[in-house]
Amino acid sequence: MKHMAAQVFDRELKKGSAELLILSLIEHRARHGYEISKLIEERSGGVLKFNVASFYPLLYRLEERGLIAGRWVEKAGQRRRRYYRLTAQGKDVLKTHRATWLDFVNAIHRITEAENA
Amino acid sequence: MPDWSKEIRTAIAGLNLEPTREEEVVEELSQHLRDRYDEMLAGGADAEQAYQTLRAELQDGTLLKELARMVARAREPLAAGSNGQKGFLNGLGRDLRYAMRQLRQSPGFAMVAILSLALGVGANTAIFQLLDAVRLRLLPVKAPEELAAIKITNATGGRTGSFVSSYADLTSGIWNLLRAQQQGFSSIAAWSPQQHNLGQGGEARNANTLLVSGDFFSTLGLSPVIGRLLSSSDDYRGCGAQGVVLSYSFWGKEYGGRDTVLGSKITLDRQLFQVIGVTPPSFHGVDIGRDFDIAIPLCAEPVFNSKNPWSDDPQTWWLAVIGRLKPGWTPERASAQLATISPGIFAATLPGKYDPINKKDYLRFQLGAMKADKGVSSLRGEHDPLYILLGLSGLVLLLACANLANLLLARASARQREMALRLTLGASRARLMRQALAESLLLAVIGTAAGVGLAQLLSRALISMLASGQNSIFLDVSIHWRILGFAAGLAVLTCILFGLTPALQASHVDPGAAMKANGRGVTSGRERFLLRRILVVTQVALSLVLLTGALLFARSFRNLLTLDAGFEQDHILVASFDYSPLQVPPARRVAYKRELTERMRAIPGVQSVAGIFIVPISHSGWDDNIDVPGGPQRQDTQFNSISSGFFQTMRVPMLAGRDFNESDKPDSPRVAIVNEAFARKYFQGANPVGKVVNNSEKPSDTYQIIGLVKDTKYHSLREDFLPTLFVATSQEKEPGEGLTLMIRSNESMESLASSVKRVAQDMSPAMVLTLSVFKTQIRDDLTGERLMATLTGFFGVLAIVLAMVGIYGVISYMVVRRRNEIGVRMALGAARGRILFMVLRESIVLLGIGAAIGTALALAGGTLAGSFLFGLKAHDPVTLGGSILGLAVIVVLASFMPARKAASVDPMVVLREE
Repeated sequence: MKHMAAQVFDRELKKGSAELLILSLIEHRARHGYEISKLIEERSGGVLKFNVASFYPLLYRLEERGLIAGRWVEKAGQRRRRYYRLTAQGKDVLKTHRATWLDFVNAIHRITEAENA
Repeated sequence: MPDWSKEIRTAIAGLNLEPTREEEVVEELSQHLRDRYDEMLAGGADAEQAYQTLRAELQDGTLLKELARMVARAREPLAAGSNGQKGFLNGLGRDLRYAMRQLRQSPGFAMVAILSLALGVGANTAIFQLLDAVRLRLLPVKAPEELAAIKITNATGGRTGSFVSSYADLTSGIWNLLRAQQQGFSSIAAWSPQQHNLGQGGEARNANTLLVSGDFFSTLGLSPVIGRLLSSSDDYRGCGAQGVVLSYSFWGKEYGGRDTVLGSKITLDRQLFQVIGVTPPSFHGVDIGRDFDIAIPLCAEPVFNSKNPWSDDPQTWWLAVIGRLKPGWTPERASAQLATISPGIFAATLPGKYDPINKKDYLRFQLGAMKADKGVSSLRGEHDPLYILLGLSGLVLLLACANLANLLLARASARQREMALRLTLGASRARLMRQALAESLLLAVIGTAAGVGLAQLLSRALISMLASGQNSIFLDVSIHWRILGFAAGLAVLTCILFGLTPALQASHVDPGAAMKANGRGVTSGRERFLLRRILVVTQVALSLVLLTGALLFARSFRNLLTLDAGFEQDHILVASFDYSPLQVPPARRVAYKRELTERMRAIPGVQSVAGIFIVPISHSGWDDNIDVPGGPQRQDTQFNSISSGFFQTMRVPMLAGRDFNESDKPDSPRVAIVNEAFARKYFQGANPVGKVVNNSEKPSDTYQIIGLVKDTKYHSLREDFLPTLFVATSQEKEPGEGLTLMIRSNESMESLASSVKRVAQDMSPAMVLTLSVFKTQIRDDLTGERLMATLTGFFGVLAIVLAMVGIYGVISYMVVRRRNEIGVRMALGAARGRILFMVLRESIVLLGIGAAIGTALALAGGTLAGSFLFGLKAHDPVTLGGSILGLAVIVVLASFMPARKAASVDPMVVLREE
């Protein structure tokens, strides 16, 4: 049952709110792609998972829209990695997304709580 | 460790990403997969399991599908210096700014380019503006597409009588029946352009008037600016001098646009009319090329011609008709209806005085309707010189484009290394091409803008050149969408013509070769140089066509100017006197005329004075048919009526017989003097003095020929000498109230004119006179030719300059390219003269090929110009030879400088550079 819910939730997220997750994760510091996907998985307790084939196109699209900006960074003794940071435009979009999302979640919460009460 | 980059490459192979982009994606994704793989192994999975899981993720098609959606909006690889904006058109602004910087760095080039484009575009646009104004514009009235003009469609012969308007299509009788019987038009109106004197006496001040039937303005759907327009209630038989309507420009010019004009009086040919309204500013009549000042009801015509009103004369042709078709009616359908009523109309209006042959023609006439959405115009000839001019100016533009392409190619080769560097740094070829095109576009746009500005001056200058003292031309050449569209089309065309080849060249640089070649020509230079040679050959060929055209029209104009018209044009003033205001009784008119003539003769400096009915080269005429007893019958012959002393005044030699004299009176036998053409045609060149001819229409009018004079031109300089019969004014039975004198004087024409005015004023202040200098009048007749000669001459000079610049450029480039070779040759002992010859030979070969092509083009184009030339053929070998020679001189001159530079190369210096 848990698996089923995760699958559906996963698809919906990809459609609507994956953007929000990515943008929030790089709000304060630049991260590379693997780090972002790892954090999503960890912080959601494994409920949210992206595979490489759907995650990178998402990133590239955000970059193309100018919400995030990628930059190759080389560190001593490591392969170079592409780090993504939030752009000014991205910050604005994140703010709106976050507010909308909170409103939505609160609304759902209110409805479901009321029924239970 | 699996090779993830290979897997990823396979997965996204179908996308055809730009190489650099693909590398980035592969690198980033394989990094990710490596991390996952390591993590899975660390989490206890075995290597094969981890590999299969990740491979399945990669290959389930999602990646390809998701990325493909993005590639649809793919970006090009970033060129050096790009900020990463995407799309072919993005960053165009930056390209244009870059192009602007490039142009600013070479102001000389930019100026030559913009100037030559501006001249090319300006000339084309100006001529197109005239064509547009004359031929393409719709009348600024309500629903112009419904308008049609009505004319006799088969009026080749059979119309004799007086033709008293430039649109003398119909007589009053035909108009009245037509109006009553036509069915295809919801309304029709007649109009007739005339001139009437605004003054009260002294020198005439003529206004362009429009006699219009009452429905004229309502048919066109016009509303007044102030007051009211004429309506059918103003146009009734016997209306006399009532209300008139002013044109907007006349209102502004004469009354300062003040409303108080309504109700004020205006004098036209000494008749008082009242101003009742003003037409809208956009309306200038239906005759394109001629504005009007005052519109008068048709019914007022008899007040100007009280003795013989045109309205009642079946032989006075003075009306043109325009109508608005009923809904659903086409001009064809209306014509069919007009055809059914024509026989009745012409039978009912047949002039009684016509001879049987004219009657037969007249009864066969048919009325027809033709589209008049663009009005009517006498400027629309079948062979319109404007088309020739447009063609020639098109060639000038082509020439300018070829020149620019050449200059840009030279620049492109100078910037080869820059292009190569940018290609190496990852710029796409499309991107480089765009950059090169941006520069051309910028040039084209600036050049076109300057050209359109220039065209405004040019088109107005053209109109003032076309207009002459007697014949003012009004054309609306204001800028509107069609002109701007034309200019924009030119800009795009020129940009493609001169910009595309250099752009293609720029993008086909071989980076390796270009970087290696140290700033000098490279292997691809040979191909490019061939292209430049082809461009020069094109320039030579086009220049030859333009030069030939210029010389043809200049020589044609000169032929007309230096033509022996049979009389001496200098020092003659034409003075027309109208003394009808004086009401001189018929019995006293001969004496009055004689006194007037004598007073003119008494003016100091005046050598001789003679009266004439039809002034030569004035495009007016009087012809009649004559019968030669025992010879040809019904021969169309030019007539003129002159006083004694006319031939002396005009310096026309008398070849046989005598001039008219005092003994030739109204009641003495009619006598006539004829010219050589007359004697040649009717008497096989034998001396006609003593012979007799009759007027075919009035066989009782028998003329005895008493003199033979040399040939003179009659209507225009361009026509052949026509058989002409001069009759004596002194034999006129009913002398009129006007007199035209040719006054020859040694004094300047200005002082003579003021003396004539003073003397006329002394005789009577009410007398109306019109003065013109005979020579000016003849010059005015050559306006069209002068315009053609001036403009084609201008184009010819432009062509020469452009060709010079082009050839100089190419030869200089060649010299620079072959500097080393020249150095080696000289080191090996080649004489300077030989080097000079070697360089010159190059340009002579180009000249030869260009001249051959140009000759073919000029011969082909010449046939079009043939009908505009006078006294020489379009394929005139002297002109063509002269043009080739002229061009050869220019080519050699233009290449001499670089050739001399080549020959002065110091071999040691050059070889050290190597």
